Amino acid sequence: MNIIPEITKQSITNLINNNERGDGRAVDEYREIVIETDFVSKAEGSARVTLGNTQIIVGTKPQIGEPFSDTPNVGVLMTNSEMLPIADPKFEPGPPSESSVELARVVDRCVRESQMVDLEKLCIEEGKKVWMIFIDLHIIDYDGNLFDAAMLGVMAALMNTKIPVAEYKNDEIVIDEEATIDLPLKDKATMCTFVKIGDKIVLDPSLDEESILDARLSIGITESGNICAMQKGGDGSLSKEEILDVVKTAYSKKDELMKHFN
Amino acid sequence: MIHVEDKKFVVPGEILAEDDFYPGRGTFKEGDIICSSLMGLVSLRNNKISVIPLKSKYVPKKGDVVIGKIDDIRFSMWGVNINSPYSGILPASEVFGREKKELSRVFRIGDVLFLRVVDVDEVKKVKLGLKGRGMGKFRKGILVDITPTKVPRLIGKKGSMINMIKDKTRCKIVVGQNGLVWVKGDVDMEQITKNIIHLIEAEAHTSGLTNRIRDKLYLLIDGELPKDLETDESKFDENQLNDENNSNNLNNDSNFDNSFEANEDELEKPKLENFKDIL
Repeated sequence: MNIIPEITKQSITNLINNNERGDGRAVDEYREIVIETDFVSKAEGSARVTLGNTQIIVGTKPQIGEPFSDTPNVGVLMTNSEMLPIADPKFEPGPPSESSVELARVVDRCVRESQMVDLEKLCIEEGKKVWMIFIDLHIIDYDGNLFDAAMLGVMAALMNTKIPVAEYKNDEIVIDEEATIDLPLKDKATMCTFVKIGDKIVLDPSLDEESILDARLSIGITESGNICAMQKGGDGSLSKEEILDVVKTAYSKKDELMKHFN
Repeated sequence: MIHVEDKKFVVPGEILAEDDFYPGRGTFKEGDIICSSLMGLVSLRNNKISVIPLKSKYVPKKGDVVIGKIDDIRFSMWGVNINSPYSGILPASEVFGREKKELSRVFRIGDVLFLRVVDVDEVKKVKLGLKGRGMGKFRKGILVDITPTKVPRLIGKKGSMINMIKDKTRCKIVVGQNGLVWVKGDVDMEQITKNIIHLIEAEAHTSGLTNRIRDKLYLLIDGELPKDLETDESKFDENQLNDENNSNNLNNDSNFDNSFEANEDELEKPKLENFKDIL
C-alpha cells in the first residue's frame, strides 16, 4: 500500500488552496504533451504519448472475426490495458487490477460512445466476417492522469491505423496486404480529468495529487462538441456547480488537446 | 594499463583497466582485467578505480541518518519506509525506554521522522533509533526525493552547497542519507529550494556547479546578481581554478567541485530543537 506522508498531504493542499501547484503549473494547466505516431512497426496503428512523466504506448491491431449475432453488420472494438510493473511500484504482474480495468473501460466508452469509428464500414460480409479492432494500452511510466494520456494515445493510434483491404469471395476472405485504407473515422475525442482536493479542483493531476484526491471526474468530449464519456472516482462528492464548472473548463481545453493530432 | 579517463561514462562490463590498479566500488575483477559492474562515471583515486552510479537505491548502513515514513504500527514497533528495498523498524523501546505506552499516540501512519540506523543485520533487517540530536518527527515542510548517490553533492565540500542554499532561502533543510530531503520555510522558498535541489541532482556531475547554483539562487530570490559578486567569488576561487583545469584536461586528477564522495562525517548535523518535546 502506498502511504502518503501527512506533511506531503498538507503541503500539496496548502499550495492548491493558494491556486499553486508543486510543479509550478496553474490549476487548469496540462503538463507537456508529446505524441509520436507509428511507434510500433508490427502494429497497424500506434502511438507513444508522454504527459509530463506519464508515458503510454498504444497499439491497434485489426483482425478478421465473426460479428456479434445481434449486430451482424458492424465491426467490433475492444480495448485492453496493461499496467506494466516497471511503471510504478504499486503495479503488480498478474490479472488486471481494478484501476487497469477502469482505464480500459473508460477509454473504450469514450471511443465507442463518440461513435468516432465508423463500425459499419468495418463489415466485410454481413453476419459472417467483420474487422475487429483491438486497442492495447501499455502503461510504461505512471505519474498520474492515465485517462487523458491514454485517450490522446488511442486517438493518435486510431488516426494512424491502416487496415488491409479485404474481400469476401466464395465463402473465403481474400486479403490484399499491399493495399491498405485508413481506419474510417468520423470524429475525434479527448478526455479531461479533474481532481478535487479539499475545496479546489485541478486539471491533469500528478501522481502526488492523485494519491490524495477526494474526488475525480473525467470528461470525454468529441470534436463536434458532445460529451461522450464521464467517469467519477474517489470517495468525495462533487456539487452540481462544480460539475458544470469542470465541464466548462473541459470544453475550453478541447481545442488545445485536439491540436496535438495535426 | 588504463583504458578510461576520470569521470568517463561507462556501462556494465566495460573494461576499465588492467594490472596496477585496485578494483573499488562498482567494479569487479576478471583475471587481470577490471570491469565496471554499474552504469555510471569512473572515479580514479591514486591507484584505486571505482564507478559512481548515476542512480541508485539506498542500502542501509549502520550509523546513517535517514528520513523515514511510518507505514505500519505493530505491537511493539513501528514499521518505517526508508526509501529503500529494505524496510526499517523502530522498536517501541527506542522511544519509551522501559515504559509501556500506546504506540499510535506517539507516531501515526503517515508521520515523517528523522532517524538513525542503529543496526543492520545479515538479513538486512534495519533497526532504527531516535537517540541523537534533532531526531524526531517533522512538522509541516515538504519532502524532496533525490537519488542517494547525489546526497554528498547536495551537501558539498564541508557543507558548502547546503549552507549556501540555507542562507539564501532561509529554509531549514535536513538531508537523509537515503535521498530524502526535508525543507521547511516560506511556501515560495520551499518551492525554490525544491527546484534547486532537483537541479543539483540533475547536474551533479558537471563542474562549477556551486557557482551556477549560487547565481541561480540570486536570480530566483533577488531577481538579479549582487554587484559585489567579485568579493563573494574569492572563496570559490579554488573551485573556479579547478573548472578551468577540468575543461582543459579531463584527465585531471583534482576533483574539488565534483567530488561525489564527500566524507560522510560532513553530512549535515541537524540543529532542530523543537523535535524532542513531542514525546
